[in-house]
Amino acid sequence: MNIIFLLAPFSVLLGLIAVGAFLWTLRADQYEDIEGAAARILIDDTDAEGPDDQG
Amino acid sequence: MAVTFDAALQPDMSAFLRKRDDGRASLDLLVTGARCAGCISKIEREVSRLPGVEAARLNLSTGRLSVGLTDGDMDPAAIISALDRLGYPATPFDPGAALVQRDREGRRLILALAVAGFGAMNAMMFSVPIWAGLFDQELGPATRTMMMWMSAAVGAPCAVFAGMPFFQSAWRSLRSGRANMDVPISVGVILTLAISFSETILNGRDAYFDAAVSLLFLLLIGRWLDHVLRARARSAAGDLLALQAPAACVVDGSGHERSIPLGDVRPGDILRVRPGDRIPVDATLEEGEALIDNSLLTGESAPERVGPGQLCRAGAVNTTGLLTLRASARSEDSTLAAIARLVEAGAQSRSRYVRLADRAAALYVPVVHAAALATFAGGWALGLDPREALIRAVAVLIVTCPCALGLAVPAVQIVASARLFRRGVLVKSGAALERLAEIDHVVFDKTGVLTEGRPALVGAPQEVIAMAAPLARASSHPMARAIARAAGDGPVAANVVEHAGLGVEGVIDGRRARLGRAAFVGVPTLRSGETELWFGFEDSEKTRLQFSDVVRPDAAAAVEALKARGVTAEIMSGDQVGAVRTVAETVGLATWKAGMLPEEKSEAIDHLTAAGRKVLMVGDGLNDAAALARAHAAIAPGSALEASQNAADLVLTNDALMAVVEAIDTARSARRRALENFGFAALYNLVAAPAAMLGFVNPFVAALAMSGSSLVVTLNALRVRSGR
Repeated sequence: MNIIFLLAPFSVLLGLIAVGAFLWTLRADQYEDIEGAAARILIDDTDAEGPDDQG
Repeated sequence: MAVTFDAALQPDMSAFLRKRDDGRASLDLLVTGARCAGCISKIEREVSRLPGVEAARLNLSTGRLSVGLTDGDMDPAAIISALDRLGYPATPFDPGAALVQRDREGRRLILALAVAGFGAMNAMMFSVPIWAGLFDQELGPATRTMMMWMSAAVGAPCAVFAGMPFFQSAWRSLRSGRANMDVPISVGVILTLAISFSETILNGRDAYFDAAVSLLFLLLIGRWLDHVLRARARSAAGDLLALQAPAACVVDGSGHERSIPLGDVRPGDILRVRPGDRIPVDATLEEGEALIDNSLLTGESAPERVGPGQLCRAGAVNTTGLLTLRASARSEDSTLAAIARLVEAGAQSRSRYVRLADRAAALYVPVVHAAALATFAGGWALGLDPREALIRAVAVLIVTCPCALGLAVPAVQIVASARLFRRGVLVKSGAALERLAEIDHVVFDKTGVLTEGRPALVGAPQEVIAMAAPLARASSHPMARAIARAAGDGPVAANVVEHAGLGVEGVIDGRRARLGRAAFVGVPTLRSGETELWFGFEDSEKTRLQFSDVVRPDAAAAVEALKARGVTAEIMSGDQVGAVRTVAETVGLATWKAGMLPEEKSEAIDHLTAAGRKVLMVGDGLNDAAALARAHAAIAPGSALEASQNAADLVLTNDALMAVVEAIDTARSARRRALENFGFAALYNLVAAPAAMLGFVNPFVAALAMSGSSLVVTLNALRVRSGR
C-alpha cells in the first residue's frame, strides 16, 4: 500500500510534463499553420543540391 | 496630358516594406491560389531565388507569405510579378493591418483549458477508488479520506486557476447589476469546492473536486470555440481589407512620387491617382478632365464627368488616365469618414441584441438557484441534518450544470461557420448567425450586388470586338477591360498613348486606330452617353460599342430560392429609375425603390423594423454602410468597401449570390440544433434536479451525468455539418 505514496505523485508529475509539453508546442507556434505542416511532409528537400539517392 | 504605358506606371509598393535597423527588411504578402504541397515548394523556392531575398515562408492556412529581404531598398514589385508568373496573384499587406496583435485572450483560455484538462484527468485518478468505495468495494474510511485529500491537492488549485475567466466575467456582470451565464457557474464551482473541503475535513463521503474541474474543462472548450470563431473571422476580414491598400501617392516639391500612409495626407498635397485606383481623400481636380466612378458611394452605375477645380470624393474610382489632384481634406474628415460615423451609430443599436444563450440564462439562473435554495431550506425543515441538506443543494447545482448552454451553442455555431467558410461565406460572430436565422425580409442593393458592378459589352458583333481588342488590352479603363475580356488573349497594339478622359490611340497592323469617346474617335455626334465607346481606324468607318452593368447569372435563382423559403425581397438603389427597373424585372422582384440617398436607405430599414420585419441587408457600397449597420443582419460581398465590410455580419468571399441563401439555410439549421440542445438540457434537468434533491446523486453519478449530457449536445451540434 505504501507504493501509492510514490506512484500517485509520480503520475501527477507525468501529467504536469504533458501540460508543459503542450504549452511548449503552443509557444513554438506549432498550431499557426496546421494545413501547411500536413502538406510540407510531402515536399522532397533533396532537390537541387547534392546527388540524390534515387535508387 | 498624354501618358505612355511603361514601367514607371507600376505602383510604388515600398510603403509595405518593414525596415529593420540592420538594413534588412521584411514584407508580408497575401497569396491567393496556394492549395497543396507543390504550391508551397514552388512559391518558396522561386521567391528565395530572387536577388535580395533571404528567406520566404508560406503559411498555407492563412495564405500569408513572409519574405525576408537582405536589402531594405528592394522593390517588392519584383516579388509580386514573380508570383504572378507562377500563377499566384499576390497583394502586399499594409504594415498597420498586418501588425499581428498578440492574441492574449486566446492564450489565456488555452492555458486555462490545458490546466483544467490536466486537473480533470488527475483528480479523476483519485476519484475512481472513491467511486469504487461507493459500490461496497474494499475502501476503509482512512484510505478514502487520503484519496480525497490527494484529489483536493490536484483539483482545487486547478479549479481556481481554470475558473478565473468565469469568476472575473461573473464579477464584472454582477457589478453592472446583471447576472450572466458565468454567475451560476462561479457560484456552483465555489460552493462545490467549499463543500468538498468541509466533507474531506469531516471525513464525509461527498467530495466533488473532480466534478468541479471537469465542469470547467467542458465549459472552457465552449468558451474557446467561441473565441476561435471570432478570431478567425477577424483575421480573414483583415485579409480582405488589406487588399484595399490604404496608401496614397503624393508628389513632392521636386516632382518625385512617394507612397505614403493614408493618414499622413494633408490638405494641399498633390496626389497622383492611377487609372482604376480609388481616390484616397476628398480632393479637387488640378488639371484636365476626369470620369470618375461613384458607384460605391452613390450606387449610380454611369461614371460622372468632373472638370478642373471640381470635387472628387474619397472612395470614387478613377476610370480615366493618370489624375493629378489637390487634397482638400484629411482622411478622417473625408466623405468616407462621415459615413463611417453613421455606421458606428448603427452598430451600437445592434449590440443591444440579446444572444440565445443569454436569453436562456435569464430563465435558467433564477430557476436553478431557487431549486438549490429550496432543497437546502426544505431539507432542513423536513428534518434533515443541515450538512446533508447543504450537500444535496450543492448536488443540485452540480448536476444542473449549464454545459448545454455553455458548450452546445458555441459548438453549433463553429460547425455552422466552418461549413459556410467552405462555401465562401465568412461569419464574423456567433450572434450574427443567430440574427440571420430570424430574418424574413431581404433588401438588396443593386450595383455590385445583384449586378456584377462592372460594365460588360452588350450586342457587339464578334469581328468588331476582335478589331478593337489589341487597343483595349493596352488600357486599364473598365470598359476597355470589358472588351479585352470578351475578346480573350491576343496581340497588343503598338505605340499606345492614353489620353485622359478621352480614350486610347495606337497602331494595329500598321494602321492608326482610336478607341474612346465619340469626339475623340472623330464621330460628329451631339449626344454621347457615358455607357458607350467608339472604335475606328484613322480613315475608315467608326463603330459604336455599348456597355451595361450585367445582372449576376445566379441573381434570379437566388431571389426564387428566397421566395421558396418564405422570405420576401426588394431592391433599394441609389441608381436611376430606368436602370433599377430593368434589373428588378430581370431577377423577378416586384418591389423596388430607386434614387435613394444613404440616409433614406437607413430610414427605410428603420421603417421596416418598426413594422415588425426582421430585415437582412445585402449591400456593398458606402451608401449602404449605414443601412447595413441598422439592419437586423447584414451581408456584404468581398468586393465591398472596408466600411461596408465592417458594418456587415457576414462577408461573401466568392462572387456567388446563392451564398446568401446558403447562409440563411445554415443559420436556420444552426438555430434548430441550438434549440434542440436547450430542449434536451431542460429535459435532463427535469430528471436530474429532483434526483439530486432527493439525495440520489453521489460524486460518481454527477460525473457520469455531466459528461454524458455534454457529449449528447456536442454530437447534436455536429449534425449541422451535413446540413440537416
